[in-house]
Amino acid sequence: MQASGRQIDIMSTLPSVGAPGGMETKSTGDAPSKLSANSLNFFYGSFQALHGISMQVYDKRVTAFIGPSGCGKSTFLRTLNRMNETVRSSRVEGEILLDGDNIFRLDVNDVRRRVGMVFQKSNPFPKSIFDNVAYGPKINSGLGRSALRDAVEHSLRRAALWDEVKDKLHQSAYSLSGGQQQRLCIARALAVNPEVLLLDEPCSALDPIATAKIEDLIFQLKDSCTIVIVTHNMQQAARVADFTGFFLLGRLIEFASTTVIFKTPARKETEDYVTGRFG
Amino acid sequence: MRHFVEELEQLKTKLLEMSSLVEAGIQRSISAVIHKDKSAADEVFRNEARINDIEIEVDEFAINLLALQQPMAADLRLIIAALKINTDLERMGDLAVNIAQRARSLMEEPVIKPMIDIPHIAGLVQSMVRKALDAFVTRDPELARSVLASDDAVDNLRTACYHELVSFMEKDPQNIKQALDLLAVTRNLERIADHSTNIAEDVLFLVKGVDVRHHAEARAR
Repeated sequence: MQASGRQIDIMSTLPSVGAPGGMETKSTGDAPSKLSANSLNFFYGSFQALHGISMQVYDKRVTAFIGPSGCGKSTFLRTLNRMNETVRSSRVEGEILLDGDNIFRLDVNDVRRRVGMVFQKSNPFPKSIFDNVAYGPKINSGLGRSALRDAVEHSLRRAALWDEVKDKLHQSAYSLSGGQQQRLCIARALAVNPEVLLLDEPCSALDPIATAKIEDLIFQLKDSCTIVIVTHNMQQAARVADFTGFFLLGRLIEFASTTVIFKTPARKETEDYVTGRFG
Repeated sequence: MRHFVEELEQLKTKLLEMSSLVEAGIQRSISAVIHKDKSAADEVFRNEARINDIEIEVDEFAINLLALQQPMAADLRLIIAALKINTDLERMGDLAVNIAQRARSLMEEPVIKPMIDIPHIAGLVQSMVRKALDAFVTRDPELARSVLASDDAVDNLRTACYHELVSFMEKDPQNIKQALDLLAVTRNLERIADHSTNIAEDVLFLVKGVDVRHHAEARAR
């Protein structure tokens, strides 16, 4: 092909959106598995929301779930600590192992203590900042006053909120900004020392500065905690996650290291979604 | 999204305009050497400024796309490949200018030895350039790999040219100036082949998502 002919050719070449062949697809999960879903199906009444999900969540790593609205990513997240059981007429098949034990055979309160959750909309209790964080430890461990104070401080420090609230611990949690309230909810979840923290779109209502703080926090927390995050913001998944799963129509289409998902995804559906050509 | 797709097309079009100019420049510089074609050499000099301008345009365009569109996957690989190919093309344009300068110098004197190896190496290098750029347009990984396979042949031919020209200089010091010009031509051709190899490697990254530079593919296994 000569130079001039080539130019005409490129003009008629549509951008390739197909998954290129021969790409690296395997994840490099050198960390042990913390949670393991095996052939998980989930139903809301007769509607099947999740189809045969099998995957690993690696210990002390950040795993992100991405996908369009209604793809099942939040449903799957809520299944990981049996939160979905609160939905009437829901039904689950398959198993989820937490350190090898099927969570559906464990005490539900124990599961939720070990696998904490933070929701899209910050939901502090109508109590003081201190009491929000102290609530879990009080119920779970019956700590004395001094130990409770230490636990609250420790959790607020882990949630990178201590310096901002240490002088107003007894003010209402509602006096905090949206970003602070969300970090308070993270501190509250951390106060019972969960092994896994589930975050359901934790930054969707936050400005970029508050979002950056939460993302920094996620980065720090993964030294001590396994984190699973659902996000609509692909850039956020790319920034914070070690592994990313792409959901579509209730199925896990692709699960791999975040670099693979955003640089060289193996599946065409993933490629279309991350390049914005979906739909 | 449509706007972004259009912008990616514009990026490719700019890069293709540049590749057309560079490929033509290489052809003309070789013609200037082999056929003592002064007008071809002049044309190479005239086009250099436009190539430099497009290099800046492509860089700016690609950086804006990275900053504003946050591309992912195939789009990201295209923009990264475009940035790297852009740099290679500009360098190839400079090397064509170097060859055209040597051609002018060679035109001043009668030919002391018929050229056999230089047209051979030039043909091989032009073929590599063409295949590398075609592989980019058609996203053809096999064509890109065929470019990588040609690089050794060019290196071997260049080494043969070197030994021949050295013995030529040893025979008669009168030959030194012309032999040095011809050595420079072979050196510049070999470097054009190296840049074609880089482009072929970028095409493999673009299409396959693999890094084959410095045997990285084998190391990753």
